[in-house]
Amino acid sequence: MKKRRTAATASMVMAGVLVTAGCGAGGPSAGGGDFTDDKVVLALLNDASGVYKDVSGPNSKIAIQMAIDDYQEKYGDDAVVDDIEVISADHQNEPDIANTKAQELYDREGADVILDVPTSSAALAVATQAKNKKKVYINIGAGTTELTGAQCNKYTFHYAYDTWMLANGTGTVVTEEGDKNWQLIYPDYAFGQDMVKSFTGAIEAGGGKVAGTIATPFPNDNFATYITKAGAAKPQVIGTMHAGGDLINLVKQYNESGLKDQGIDLAVGLMFISDIHSLGVEAFEGTIFTDAWYWNLDEKSREWADRFMEETGDRPTYAHAGNYSAALQYLEAVQAAGTDDADKVVEELEGKKIDDMFLRNGEIRAEDHQVIHDVYLARVKGPADVKEDWDYEEIIKTIPAEEAFRPASESGCSM
Amino acid sequence: MSAVLQYTVQGLAAGSFYALAALGLAVIFGVLGVVNFAHGAFYMLGAVAAAVLLDTLGLSLWGALIVVPLLMLVFGMLVERLLVQWLLPLDPLYNLLLTFGLTLLLVDLVKRRYGVSGLPYERPSALSGRVEVGGVGLPVYQLFVIGVALLVCLGVWLLMTRTRVGMIVRAATERPELAGALGINVGRWVTPVFGFGVALAGLAGVLAAPFRAITAEMGSDFIIILFAVVVIGGLGSIVGAVVGGFLVGLVEAFGQAYAPTFAQVLIFVLMAVVVLARPAGLFGREEATA
Repeated sequence: MKKRRTAATASMVMAGVLVTAGCGAGGPSAGGGDFTDDKVVLALLNDASGVYKDVSGPNSKIAIQMAIDDYQEKYGDDAVVDDIEVISADHQNEPDIANTKAQELYDREGADVILDVPTSSAALAVATQAKNKKKVYINIGAGTTELTGAQCNKYTFHYAYDTWMLANGTGTVVTEEGDKNWQLIYPDYAFGQDMVKSFTGAIEAGGGKVAGTIATPFPNDNFATYITKAGAAKPQVIGTMHAGGDLINLVKQYNESGLKDQGIDLAVGLMFISDIHSLGVEAFEGTIFTDAWYWNLDEKSREWADRFMEETGDRPTYAHAGNYSAALQYLEAVQAAGTDDADKVVEELEGKKIDDMFLRNGEIRAEDHQVIHDVYLARVKGPADVKEDWDYEEIIKTIPAEEAFRPASESGCSM
Repeated sequence: MSAVLQYTVQGLAAGSFYALAALGLAVIFGVLGVVNFAHGAFYMLGAVAAAVLLDTLGLSLWGALIVVPLLMLVFGMLVERLLVQWLLPLDPLYNLLLTFGLTLLLVDLVKRRYGVSGLPYERPSALSGRVEVGGVGLPVYQLFVIGVALLVCLGVWLLMTRTRVGMIVRAATERPELAGALGINVGRWVTPVFGFGVALAGLAGVLAAPFRAITAEMGSDFIIILFAVVVIGGLGSIVGAVVGGFLVGLVEAFGQAYAPTFAQVLIFVLMAVVVLARPAGLFGREEATA
């Protein structure tokens, strides 16, 4: 009898402690609080020093912090969790480092979600960890369709862009607008080969043809002869699948070649506004590419871009905006679920329709976890049309969400 | 036919960068016996300096072609005085490690200061556009690069053959034991020669600025090709460096045109063939074997 009473008292004390802990620093918790460690940890895993640093890098941490601030401002005392933290790690674009870091973040640092992870092979490694550890991973930086295809899993989501969407946007639309005869130049590794496959499909679907493809070493700085060769076949447009420094080399040498004056256009597979900023609009003038988001799209985007610029001194790329949006939507899902339990959060995320600063007509597709949204076909402005710094893009077409991404039926994903 | 002309010009333009930089590498190796691994980083610094001077002071390419090599000359002499000279009496491996470390340091410093996306560079309008040669439009800038490279190589050759300083340096480069035996004081020329070699790498960088992506990493692959150039031309041979540079540029261009996937491999195949047939390189002197 006495024993039972002691046990009851003990459990009451325990409950009291728990409730007090739950109330903690900032008032009552609406959902009753069911958190692994009384806090939510968002982990940014990306390239902090290498080629993709300017595309996303450390500035994405600031974007995620902005999402946390916005969440806290929106819910105030009603927030289900008060303690939210963003941490970051550098994966140097190496899949094995990404793999180790992901384990550390989930296990030791208590990360509830990992965000970003550029470089496809690294992203696939993190997706595998997410699956094993049953923790959420939202990819923004990597382009591979495998994440929502054969290698999809319950805990992995794909935000922002992928190779199918880039090819479909640039390949199909440019073909339909009259450039039917293509030459493709691509770096000879997994990403380049993937892009060529996607582009060829999109171009043929648009009624065009790929007359030739040229593989180049990766990395490479001398493209003059490849370009001359592509031009000698007299295509209407040359498509390049290069990125970063290789893209800049190729564009400089394309401008040198005089093909532009002969009416042979250049279409770029993957490009970020930071590329245009570093090389200058003169070099890219007239180039057509697919963009997941543009800072000067409308008032809503611009307002956020202004805040971002105050913090960082730069305008955001779509990777920065995507990290913000993904962090915010994750926290919204935590709020709705009242817990950071991954299975419950995933349930909230699946099928959710979203319209925020980044996603327009967005939906987190339940079938394959592809986050679909409106994307844009952009043309780089000429120097005369640039009204302010970073005012580089003219949006020539909005591709509606349902058409912009690979249909779920073709993804080959089974969860 | 027109395509062949275009490939030739492209090959010679790419070869110009190699020839200028390899020339610097060759004199440094000749006089100091140092395999300068940081040569690619010096090439990168030349391009970055040109971009920064244009951005901050509005110094155009014309000015940069004079100013940047002078800056690099001073920088190179400082590197020699402060670092390289202390390791000269030791195994050559130490300076190889030093210059390799220097490369990592310089690349990371540039990354830290200027980011990874590369710097913009606008060339003077006089050098834009194309000229018609036999119905083929050849880019003016590529012809300009070839012209500058040939002039500089000619200048260096005159300096080496027609002046006393040049003769001393050449003697020290090509017949070090003999020069020493004849009582020529090579020592006092060591610092200026190192600076001069670095200045040539810087000049190649300036010429590359309007044509290549200006990033911290731009020298990393360049240096590998450069070593192939020097091996093909013959270690320490001045003529060899120049001929090797243009030859590798041509092989690269025609390789890209007719065997795209093998373009870079071809350079090293050429290197292997040369080393097998003439171990000292095309213009190198056979080591006196006992």
